[in-house]
Amino acid sequence: MATAAQNGAGPAISAEHLVRRFGKFTAVNDVNFRVEKGEIFGFLGPNGSGKTTVIKLLTGLLPLSAGCAQVEGLDVRTDSESIRERVGYMSQNFSLYDDLTVGENLQFYGRIYGLEPARLKRRIDEIVELNSLAPYFDRLAAQLSGGWKQRLALGCAMLHEPQLLFLDEPTAGIDPVARRQLWDLLFELSGHGITFFVTTHYMDEAERCNHVAYIYFGKIIADGTPNSLRELPEVQPHGTLRVEITTPEVTRALRFARQIPGIRSATIFGQSIHALIDDHFDLHELREQLLKNGIAVGEVRPLAASLEDVFVELTNKHQAMLEAARA
Amino acid sequence: MRNLFRGFGAVFYKEVLHVRRDFGTLFFSLIIPLLQMVLLGFGIDTNIRQINTIVYNADGRRESRELIDRLRNSDTFHVIRYVDSDADLNDAIIAGRARVGVKIPVDYSDRLLHQMSAQVLVLIDGSDSSVAGQAVNVTTSIGLDESLRRVLQDRSTFAVEMRPKLLFNPDSRSPNFFLPGLTAILLLNVTTFLTAFSIVREKERGTLEQLFVTPVRPMGLLLGKLLPYLGIGFFELSLILTFMRFVFRVPIHGNVILLAILSLPYLFVSLSLGILISSKANTHAQAMQLAFLTILPSVFFSGYIFPRETMPAFFYALSYLVPATYFINITRGVILRGAGIAHLWTDGLALFTMGAVLLILAARRFQKKVIMA
Repeated sequence: MATAAQNGAGPAISAEHLVRRFGKFTAVNDVNFRVEKGEIFGFLGPNGSGKTTVIKLLTGLLPLSAGCAQVEGLDVRTDSESIRERVGYMSQNFSLYDDLTVGENLQFYGRIYGLEPARLKRRIDEIVELNSLAPYFDRLAAQLSGGWKQRLALGCAMLHEPQLLFLDEPTAGIDPVARRQLWDLLFELSGHGITFFVTTHYMDEAERCNHVAYIYFGKIIADGTPNSLRELPEVQPHGTLRVEITTPEVTRALRFARQIPGIRSATIFGQSIHALIDDHFDLHELREQLLKNGIAVGEVRPLAASLEDVFVELTNKHQAMLEAARA
Repeated sequence: MRNLFRGFGAVFYKEVLHVRRDFGTLFFSLIIPLLQMVLLGFGIDTNIRQINTIVYNADGRRESRELIDRLRNSDTFHVIRYVDSDADLNDAIIAGRARVGVKIPVDYSDRLLHQMSAQVLVLIDGSDSSVAGQAVNVTTSIGLDESLRRVLQDRSTFAVEMRPKLLFNPDSRSPNFFLPGLTAILLLNVTTFLTAFSIVREKERGTLEQLFVTPVRPMGLLLGKLLPYLGIGFFELSLILTFMRFVFRVPIHGNVILLAILSLPYLFVSLSLGILISSKANTHAQAMQLAFLTILPSVFFSGYIFPRETMPAFFYALSYLVPATYFINITRGVILRGAGIAHLWTDGLALFTMGAVLLILAARRFQKKVIMA
């Protein structure tokens, strides 16, 4: 197993039939996925759906109730200590020592990973350079803004040059500029072959990933590249078309749109309505029908499904299945 | 007027909910005063009884045995052992095993039979002033009583003379008595409290979880936490001793180096206790309450204020589980009685054992959170 990891063969993570129960509650229910080396894997799902639990299972913080998983070619059941030496982890709230400076935080984590002084010094220099932390080096972590704390936390998680990094909601509570900068950095690192396992519930971030999976109530209900998910039959049923209708009167327009036969579903999106219509429905005719009802319509144009559409469709479908099963 | 109390109902409702949710805090705040009351009510009897007493009967004849019976029947003394030499008598008191040593001279019966006055030497450990006072009073009155009885029976004009001799703290100065014991209580503050808080703070901030994802081992984590505070505790001890010696002028009869060495196992126990508390508590407030719970027995059951001899059997047995009991015997032993390693090694060993057990328990509790390969 260890040699497979060193040769760089095999996936970064492979999870088969992962189950984790807390008493009667099944937090992770038969979860399967594979993350290839060098991917940015987006792990999405609502709060409480089991994202953090999966990370804890993969890093050996929680024992599996059933199933098996390999991380960097090592078995989580038997080699969790070796796994922890090879992966980096950045927790939800950037767990830094507020009363230590940026430099001291880096020193501490470097020593925890047992880096020799010469290598530690080199790595700290590299991390400070990469994350532009130099001006803040002697500042207390408590005095950093959210974006800088996040860079420091990422730096701490990368000191020991892990080939796989788990980032648990790395952009929660961070301003948009810092979010953009973090993603630029992730792409750069990913270019060097580092694998990222990123949880988020920002859909724009999901769009940036090479590979996404969506977990809902402990089960994975979607897994693939963002493009392959957009084309799923559940999302884009055969014989349907997704359109965007721009209008200044979104609320009134939505009410009428839902009554028009041929429109299967409709939701408000800012100053427009996204609707799923039968593909033989003429777009001009749709526009006429709305205008006839006294609604000012701007444009009506075809639209590719966004990942948000994908997850909303899949969640609704799954929810309906759960309710049917219960009834 | 209505506006003056605006929001009262809502805030009241919310507070009731808080209290119900955080039942643990309420439970502790209510139970601690109750516990204190039970401890003070049952555990502490200001009438000093059953003082551990050791007897060297060099005479051994009927008259001497009668005197010993009188001592035993007094309820004040509890004869735990008979020895055959002055050295053994002294040792037992220096080691803290006995508070009172009674020596009946070899010619006790002879002198009484020859109508002469007989003297009995009573050595009293003065390091506990309340015990010492009671012991002096009771021995003197037993001597008087025995004399009176003999005067009436034999018409003898000579009496038994009890000669109490206060050892170690002849002036019965209270700083001499209180300060060595206080050392044990003060050290708990910088050891148990500080370690417990330092780990709970990491729990609250989430850094502990972050550490668990690194290859750090529970023992590495715990010892790394423990040693700096051991240093702080040791520094605190030096400060306390310096103050005690030069400000309060308590003479140190024994070897200070020995005291320093024997304080290490005590610091080890208190630190391990702090770690154990932090493995249980998730918030600063919980850690505070649990730590406070350890302070109580250290004050009341260690013999610091109330002599252990006066406690009912259950609490007396409990006092053996309180680390401060051993350390107070060590501090009073070295400082007041000039005790050496031969007298105190058992206390040191008891503390070290407790510390090891607590640390292993704490490490196991942490281990459960980090499953090891």
